[in-house]
Amino acid sequence: MTATTTPPVRAAATHLSPRLTAATAARVLRQLRHDRRTIAMMLVLPSVLLGLLYLLWKDVPTLPGQPSIFDRVGLTMLGIFPFVVMFLVTSIAMLRERTSGTLERLLTTPLARLDLLLGYGLAFGLAAALQAVITVTVATTVYGLDVTGSVSLVVLIAVVDAVLGVALGLLASAFARSEFQAVQFMPVVVLPQFFLCGLLVPVDQMAGWLQAISHVLPLTYAVEALQEVGRSAAATGTMWTDVAIVAGAALLALALAAATLRRRTS
Amino acid sequence: MDAVTVTDLVVDRGRRQVLNGLSFAVPVGQVTGLLGPSGSGKTTLMRAVVGVQQVRSGEVTVLGRPAGSPDLRSRVGYVTQAPSVYEDLTVRENVRYFASLYGMRSPEAEVAIADVGLSDGAGQLVRDLSGGQRGRVSLACALVGCPEVLVLDEPTVGLDPVLRVELWGRFHALAAAGRTLIVSSHVMEEAGRCDRLLLLRDGDLIADSTPTQLRADGRSEDLEEAFLNLIRAREDVAA
Ligand SMILES: Nc1ncnc2c1ncn2[C@@H]1O[C@H](COP(=O)(O)OP(=O)(O)OP(=O)(O)O)[C@@H](O)[C@H]1O
Ligand SMILES: [Mg+2]
Repeated sequence: MTATTTPPVRAAATHLSPRLTAATAARVLRQLRHDRRTIAMMLVLPSVLLGLLYLLWKDVPTLPGQPSIFDRVGLTMLGIFPFVVMFLVTSIAMLRERTSGTLERLLTTPLARLDLLLGYGLAFGLAAALQAVITVTVATTVYGLDVTGSVSLVVLIAVVDAVLGVALGLLASAFARSEFQAVQFMPVVVLPQFFLCGLLVPVDQMAGWLQAISHVLPLTYAVEALQEVGRSAAATGTMWTDVAIVAGAALLALALAAATLRRRTS
Repeated sequence: MDAVTVTDLVVDRGRRQVLNGLSFAVPVGQVTGLLGPSGSGKTTLMRAVVGVQQVRSGEVTVLGRPAGSPDLRSRVGYVTQAPSVYEDLTVRENVRYFASLYGMRSPEAEVAIADVGLSDGAGQLVRDLSGGQRGRVSLACALVGCPEVLVLDEPTVGLDPVLRVELWGRFHALAAAGRTLIVSSHVMEEAGRCDRLLLLRDGDLIADSTPTQLRADGRSEDLEEAFLNLIRAREDVAA
């Protein structure tokens, strides 16, 4: 390559760029940093709610040889909190990008659409990792939550769940015209997955058609993965398959969200 | 040489046609003013130039490529009419983020902040700024990319006269350095500061001219009056 034939160095457009993804993630985290209250709620709230569940079941006797109810529910909630919180936070954040005009502006810059979405995933994934470490630590030390497997696997699953929440939040924001609507997507997207994930009723005890729905909802696999960690000391193949399915669902949602970002609008 | 050429551009928004087959060219290294009353289609035309507007027919070519081409994105800067920056970031954080998107670094960001006269408040959250100051942050976020073509939608609205004169000075300095600027305004006083003028009315281009030529054609030293005379002349022809 000779210097004379090289055009002026310019950022390549539309190709994924790790540099632009990282710059976007850093920007999202900076926005978060200026919002102390949101950070505090994000990091502390799951531990407080888990404490409530702990107190709720503290004096309920457990059958001998069975895990306590709190061990089972608490562990599952460690995966559900980050999913719900990140879904909400991201759908609002992305809606703001749309309504404030910054999205339209970003689409005129060299930033690829997937860079933007991955930037969000990375930023909130990191926030979720911090959240999960805090919550898991509090759960196992203060509330005496018993996990047979490794707690770092619990953190990993929580982070993958959070990324799933981010991806679905980015997608949902495309269908919301206002923050009121965006908030209402929470029950639409989250509650059915919560009801059918196997926490309230084990999946194999549901009616056949409900099982079928449950099997296409990603949260079901997240919950199964956590239950695997709760049961066995070593990471199981089922757990890894579940984690891969959740991650795949997150990627699919990100790709769909990218498709909803139209550069040209009417 | 022309930085932008527009041929028979027709744009519909909602159910209405808002640009009725425009054709014109914008020369390199000049400040071209886009003037017209509210609702005449200035923003729509600018959106077409930066490639975010769906168009029904016609062609928009920027730096020899179809508007909105991926490789134009680092060469064309767009400042939207409403400031589009992050309210929950400081001035400096905003400008640095956009700098990074264009492959620039913090020294360039500081220069862009100084160019819009915000060096003193660079550490302030945009949320705490006045409307005019936010507009300047938005402008800095485009200046920082040193784009060859700058499309500015009413960049001087709400600014005091001193700052307005300063900014126009910057626009001309950029043009002298070979950049191309398209600046919209509905203040005819600003028309006199442009090298070329495009006058829009109800989606029609009623003049593609220079301030001097417009004064001659509209038979008035006052650009606003010249503009009105031109409109009347057209309506008489139509009637
Ligand atoms: N999103 C939209 N959907 C439908 N019609 C629109 C939309 N945006 C603008 N219009 C219409 O298109 C026409 C041109 O609007 P445009 O925003 O381009 O005008 P403008 O010259 O920039 O006005 P102003 O000086 O007030 O900014 C107007 O009649 C407006 O009502
Ligand atoms: Mg406008």
